[in-house]
Amino acid sequence: MAEKVLKRADSFYPIFERKGGPTPDVTHYCPGCGHGVLHKLIAETIDDFGIRDRTILISPVGCSVFAYYYFRTGNIQSAHGRAPAVATGIKRVFPQSIVISYQGDGDLAAIGTNNILQAANRGEKITVFFVNNAIYGMTGGQMAPTTLIGQKTTTSPMGRKPGNEGFPIRMSELIATLHAPIYVERVALTDAKNSTRVRKAVRKALQNQIDNKGFSFVEVLSVCPSGWKMTPVQAKEWLTQEMIKAFPLGVYKDISDEIEAQPAKGNVFSVQGLREQLNLPEEKVAPATPVNKTATPEKYRNPRLKMAGFGGQGILMLGLGIAQAGMDAGYEVSWIPSYGPEMRGGTANCHVNLSTERIGSPLVTRPTVLIAMNLPSLEKFVDEVVPGGLIITDASLVTQPPARKDLEHLSIPATQIADELGNTRVANMVILGAYIAYTQILDQETVFASLPHFIKQKSLIGLNIQAIKKGIESISSQIKN
Amino acid sequence: MDLEKGLESARVVIREDECKGCGLCINICPEKVLFEQKHLNRMGYHPAGYLGTGCIGCGFCFYQCPEPGAITVYKKGYVGEEVER
Ligand SMILES: Cc1ncc(C[n+]2csc(CCOP(=O)(O)OP(=O)(O)O)c2C)c(N)n1
Ligand code: SF4
Ligand code: SF4
Ligand code: SF4
Ligand SMILES: [Mg+2]
Repeated sequence: MAEKVLKRADSFYPIFERKGGPTPDVTHYCPGCGHGVLHKLIAETIDDFGIRDRTILISPVGCSVFAYYYFRTGNIQSAHGRAPAVATGIKRVFPQSIVISYQGDGDLAAIGTNNILQAANRGEKITVFFVNNAIYGMTGGQMAPTTLIGQKTTTSPMGRKPGNEGFPIRMSELIATLHAPIYVERVALTDAKNSTRVRKAVRKALQNQIDNKGFSFVEVLSVCPSGWKMTPVQAKEWLTQEMIKAFPLGVYKDISDEIEAQPAKGNVFSVQGLREQLNLPEEKVAPATPVNKTATPEKYRNPRLKMAGFGGQGILMLGLGIAQAGMDAGYEVSWIPSYGPEMRGGTANCHVNLSTERIGSPLVTRPTVLIAMNLPSLEKFVDEVVPGGLIITDASLVTQPPARKDLEHLSIPATQIADELGNTRVANMVILGAYIAYTQILDQETVFASLPHFIKQKSLIGLNIQAIKKGIESISSQIKN
Repeated sequence: MDLEKGLESARVVIREDECKGCGLCINICPEKVLFEQKHLNRMGYHPAGYLGTGCIGCGFCFYQCPEPGAITVYKKGYVGEEVER
């Protein structure tokens, strides 16, 4: 506390824009909540150590789920109890980053118990701050694994009974039995003296990571006035009088002095570093217009496609084919399959985007093009199509036109053509041919060249090319008519 | 506040609009110079206030307060600008 002024840490955002609302300058925590206090101690340490640019905080599920509103560091919000796994991944890929796993007792000691034990046992070189407030705060005060014997919660209204609910789990003691962790301490946010200990523990646990020493775990006993149904001052009292008895404070393990400080080598977090790790090519600036720019009429450019049909009709492959060829033609593309129960004869669908711009969401909720390979699919998705959109149906299976009159409709006897070629399963490629010919979104050479990327059985490529050609012809004959 | 020559005595500033009235600062202050104010702030809490003299700059209140910017403590001898928020 050598500083002559104690003020809002720079590692907090000055205004919590992610929180928004009428009071974006204060946290969402209840009055007196321990999370806010611990946040301050962590933010101050990040400031003092000058590590803000390389710190990544993993927030849990629990009241601190929104920690990313506040910390001006890297942030990831993980699935319930999985922060240690996310932290492991980040730390291993970017050893020079400072990775903090911030977790509550429901998160760390209930749904995520195995996760934290395994990360501790592997000795991941991360820092864990474990906020033990003996309750599930966020969900309204249910019993936690750390709830004290006799403590009343909404799910232990008569008080926790060991015979029924077991004993409070002491995570620090458990973790200290493992070989790999280097520092395990339990501290409490109570009076000034104990708060100073918390501050020291936070600093030590982060210093250990800066020195690349190993797994550090700090359990912070913390008040939850709302969950405990007490005033903040009463809650501090209860923590001091009762909780510390069940969870004795102290250092449970510390071998950090025996380990030599050796600042980590390897990747520092950066977008470029991430590309290298994931083996991604240099960032490509998307071409301003598609290869086939002059050919594609305006209304068919940047299509958002949804395609649907029976399982077995090759819907997913049709989408993959359009996406693959689109990518080869220089578009930004996305493809998401929807694996439903199609294996059991249900319907399958997938979403595809081709765009000259970066794609924000791969989901296609308002398609500009709907390919419906059977009647149920047409009925299911026709209302989603944007006015003026294009619908392509398989004439062999969809015998009536769509009810909507504000759409363009193309009916291709795809299954019949495929049967004539000797294989019903290439109906999807007939449709593909019809689609590219009608909208002139892709040229056939690009499509043919892309086939080997998604058709595993090389002997089938010739048949697929034939089917695509038939699809293209079906359009030229329609246009002639 | 004369912050150029260095503060002659410590002082605490409470931003009422950021205070949730939890009372933890009032409870911890060894000099008893903080108190609960009668009026309500924009969030509907009775904010903490400072008597105006007597702060020794111990910082206890700062480390009790859950809000990032509700309390600023200037210690004796502080030289520099006033913290905006
Ligand atoms: C997979 C899953 N299961 C359950 C929940 C419901 N849930 C939300 S927060 C929470 C427990 C939070 O308690 P704790 O980790 O102690 O955090 P606190 O709010 O007390 O800080 C639970 C069970 C969820 N969001 N996700
Ligand atoms: S419910 Fe408890 S843990 Fe959650 S914000 Fe309120 S006081 Fe804090
Ligand atoms: S700094 Fe110390 S003396 Fe001053 S108001 Fe805060 S707790 Fe009281
Ligand atoms: S501790 Fe902070 S939020 Fe609580 S009363 Fe004092 S200034 Fe207000
Ligand atoms: Mg909890």
